[in-house]
Amino acid sequence: MRVSVDLDLCQGHGVCESEAPTVFELAKNAKVTILEDTPDEELRSAVRAAVRFCPTSALRINEEE
Amino acid sequence: MSTALDHKPPPRVSGGAEENGHLDELRVDPIALLNRVRAECGDVGVFRLAQRDVILMTGAGANELFFRAPEEVLDQAEAYPFMTPIFGEGVVFDAPPERRREMLHNQALRDKFMRGHAATIAGEVELMVAGWADEGEIDLLDWFAELTIYTSSACLIGRRFRNELDKRFAELYHDLEQGTDAIAYVDPYAPIESFRRRDAARVGLVALVEAIMGRRAASPPSTDDERDLLDVLMSISNEDGSPRFLADEVTGMFISMMFAGHHTTSGTAAWTLIELLRHPDELGAVDRELDELYAEGAEVSYQALREMPRLESAIKEALRLHPPLILLLRVAKEDLEVEGYSIEAGQMVGASPSVSNRIPEDFPDADAFQPSRYLDPREEDRSNPWTWIPFGAGRHRCVGAAFAMMQLKAIFSVLLLDWEFELAQPSDTYRNDHSKMVVQLQQPCVVRYRRKAAPRSTRGATL
Repeated sequence: MRVSVDLDLCQGHGVCESEAPTVFELAKNAKVTILEDTPDEELRSAVRAAVRFCPTSALRINEEE
Repeated sequence: MSTALDHKPPPRVSGGAEENGHLDELRVDPIALLNRVRAECGDVGVFRLAQRDVILMTGAGANELFFRAPEEVLDQAEAYPFMTPIFGEGVVFDAPPERRREMLHNQALRDKFMRGHAATIAGEVELMVAGWADEGEIDLLDWFAELTIYTSSACLIGRRFRNELDKRFAELYHDLEQGTDAIAYVDPYAPIESFRRRDAARVGLVALVEAIMGRRAASPPSTDDERDLLDVLMSISNEDGSPRFLADEVTGMFISMMFAGHHTTSGTAAWTLIELLRHPDELGAVDRELDELYAEGAEVSYQALREMPRLESAIKEALRLHPPLILLLRVAKEDLEVEGYSIEAGQMVGASPSVSNRIPEDFPDADAFQPSRYLDPREEDRSNPWTWIPFGAGRHRCVGAAFAMMQLKAIFSVLLLDWEFELAQPSDTYRNDHSKMVVQLQQPCVVRYRRKAAPRSTRGATL
């Protein structure tokens, strides 16, 4: 699985960081930084929650890669 | 992007031959005007607002261009002249995206603050219903407008400030919101009654805030934990030791912080209740969902509020059918091109949630209240990011959207716990008043409440 973000949409709410802190990071006043764009399988449920609860639907999971 | 000169101007909608173009129609029946633009012109069409053309974009393609455009191309600050007298000179309606992100982090809208807000909001609803008899009537506009003054001041400014407020603040705030006649596009200070009331209301609010500041100076907070935003602002001094912010400026800041989340949340709460009462099957589904969720005595917690698809879908559907903002505006700062048509610098550009939210190709049976359209697998909000736009979209998407959804779910978790409601008027008499740019329910808009025979709070739930 590969995680990507549409930075036009990210507003820095930080929901993803709460769900999966090893995958997403928000510095103060910043948009998200993806620390690991192909996270381990064991993080799947946390990353899915991050995508699902993102307030601006800025995150995507691409299963192909 | 090619130069605008290669392209033709977009088609113009019928009507608007008067001196101020379509202004009068916009003040009487704006949704009919906006729908007619799409019907006659398609995705891109022009109407005239006083001395300016407004290029109205609808549909996914044009909307995506509108919502992705950076501030330098489509500017928001100039587009809402009716807000300046409300906030005061120098307090802008909307900040650029970088500043908004900073505000999001500083102003308690960030995810990590939401848990505390959920409990605060539930507490405010309980305080309001504590004054209810076993049965009675409420006016939806008055009731939700007062509630959301308390919730937004408590969450955004602080508990200490909220505790100083009563109904007077809500009534003055309502006069401000009513002072948004589109005549402001001709003259924001035109000598009309609603503008006089608006200006008097702002003076009244400054007086209330000044009195609160006076009491505060006499008894400062005893601990740091009690400090709220007002204490912080009052603690800032100029180099000569005089206070940096006086009551007028503080009031302007508070008005602007509360504005975006007030009439919008209040109206959506009212419309969610009206639509649920019009659709008893949907209300039943929401009731069962809340029963299950709170059966174990769970609190109105942040986690609980994330897991209520039926209520969430009902709110989303109320938002789609009755978006609080019907027309979003920008000013083009450079020439551009959309779908083969030219837009010139200086023209206004608009997007309409009222029109786009009901495009039948994207939302089958578009005029019907169908919360199931948001459930898996349809998810019509996620699959139409550029036409499901009650919160706008893209760079300027409402930064308070997640807070608003949480707040609405918390309100109904408490309200539907111990109370049942019924419409007190014929169903089709609940409608919006579109005579001002800030859309509000038209009064009367009364519903009856009655305490439930076996309230859930006696069945094990604690709130």
